Amino acid sequence: MQYINIGHGDLVLALVLVGITLAVSLWQRLDLHGDLFIGTLRTFIQLTAVGYLLQVIFNLNRWYLVILALGIMLLVAAANAYRRQQERWPGLFFIMLLAIALGGIITLAIVIGIVLKVKPWYQPQYIIPIAGMILGNAMIGAALAVNRLTGEIKAHRGEIEAALSLGATAYLAVLPYLRSALRAAMLPTISTMMTVGIVQLPGMMSGQIIAGASPAAAVRYQVVVTYMVAAATALTTITATLLAYRYYFTPSHQLKPPEQNNKTKKQKGKPDLPRGVRGLLRRGIKGGGDAAGAKTVDSKSVKFN
Amino acid sequence: MGEAKFELDEVTLKRPGRNAAGDVTTTIILNRITTSFLKGKITAVLGPSGSGKSSLLRLLNRLEDPASGRITLDGQDLKSLNIFILRRRVGMVWQLPTLFPGTVLENISYGPRLRGISLSRARSQELILMVGLGPELLDRRADSLSIGQQQRVSMARTLANEPEVLLLDEPTSALDPTAAANILHLMVDLKIRLGLTIIFVTHLLDQARQVADEVIFMHHGEIVESAPARQFFTAPQDPRSRLFLSGQLEG
Repeated sequence: MQYINIGHGDLVLALVLVGITLAVSLWQRLDLHGDLFIGTLRTFIQLTAVGYLLQVIFNLNRWYLVILALGIMLLVAAANAYRRQQERWPGLFFIMLLAIALGGIITLAIVIGIVLKVKPWYQPQYIIPIAGMILGNAMIGAALAVNRLTGEIKAHRGEIEAALSLGATAYLAVLPYLRSALRAAMLPTISTMMTVGIVQLPGMMSGQIIAGASPAAAVRYQVVVTYMVAAATALTTITATLLAYRYYFTPSHQLKPPEQNNKTKKQKGKPDLPRGVRGLLRRGIKGGGDAAGAKTVDSKSVKFN
Repeated sequence: MGEAKFELDEVTLKRPGRNAAGDVTTTIILNRITTSFLKGKITAVLGPSGSGKSSLLRLLNRLEDPASGRITLDGQDLKSLNIFILRRRVGMVWQLPTLFPGTVLENISYGPRLRGISLSRARSQELILMVGLGPELLDRRADSLSIGQQQRVSMARTLANEPEVLLLDEPTSALDPTAAANILHLMVDLKIRLGLTIIFVTHLLDQARQVADEVIFMHHGEIVESAPARQFFTAPQDPRSRLFLSGQLEG
């Protein structure tokens, strides 16, 4: 078997596919051609830029460059998880950062150090794509879990205060809602584990097969990746929710009045991210987009790239 | 005059809010309240909606803390008491029953279970009978009961903690007249049988007239008048009290 390289000329030919999309948009008057044009351009520019960047990291093969790349990926993942929240407050970004970092680093260490035994550990060929999959899923899990937790606390103030009044700690009063938030965030991952390979071949496995790996070898990778994603999601969501719920309570186990939490209005369109992270996002390393980001995360967007 | 259970001294409660422009503002909910609640009595806290009645109640089991002022329970500052023990001693029931998912028994045993005590079958039957329900309901799912029954279960759940004080925030407003009358009977019964101090927030004059020993009348976050019930209803001192009693005072 041989690997077919896509040259620049072939890429131009792929514009035929964009033409099909454009034709549908024009024919049905979907009024999407503007966005389609920008999207086509952005896809090309962003991926090309990332490709060159990765090429540099691969060629130099230095541990500190790898760490730098992982750090940037982590910041962007945390910022995205933060921006997807219906309710944002000071400190939530750092909770996201900490949760994704914790879940990510532990899982990454297990996969790279114990399962794959990559030597040296910082070989970009392994650590960068694997970290990408871990962080992407941890990000979606954290975003889902904290959004759900916020919604549950809002919807169940009565039950929470009833539990507090009966002598429960803040943690015990909020525990049922922590659980449902965690379940909501874990469920997409678990249900993917149930159907993986039956409906659709996971992206990474497909990639390996195209690149020439035997399907059997590709499958073993995919199994590891699937377990890894589940573990990263579990660790990240539990950390994020356990840290986030505290914001809604005082140290005296009192549920803060709702007015104090209504900060979304003022911050709309201008997320109060730390300055450096804001710039990073503006430059669009990973778009996320305001329109897509504002809504709660769609469970279907969980993908093992 | 009897012995005071709660004493409030210059208690002010503020809450953050937002005005129409979205700026952070502070609203004064209770303004320098000084009063006391008598031990073993039913005190009705009356007033139009928005007068701060429910907020006052929330301070007594520390669901909220005042911005300034001092509250004591049996002479001890609330802030010096362990919050979990305080909340067990001062039970609360709301307008709407806030039962947890699960059976009636699971709900009633929630408070004791927090302290590592498993409620005996006999004790749970005693509690359910006390609030006027049959023991056959213990194994029913809480959400399968009527609202009136749920409110009684809420009461039993609070009583399972063996409180000294019962805070009731408009406990009959979601109930039909029969169920409401039953709750009122239960209040008097609990006062007599268990010697509970009951603080009862309501905007319904008739209910206060039926059960209250004492009345505290509030308007715009301040106490307008506090008096023995008989005196308040027959010879109110403040002009605002008189307006309220004749149904002409709004919030």
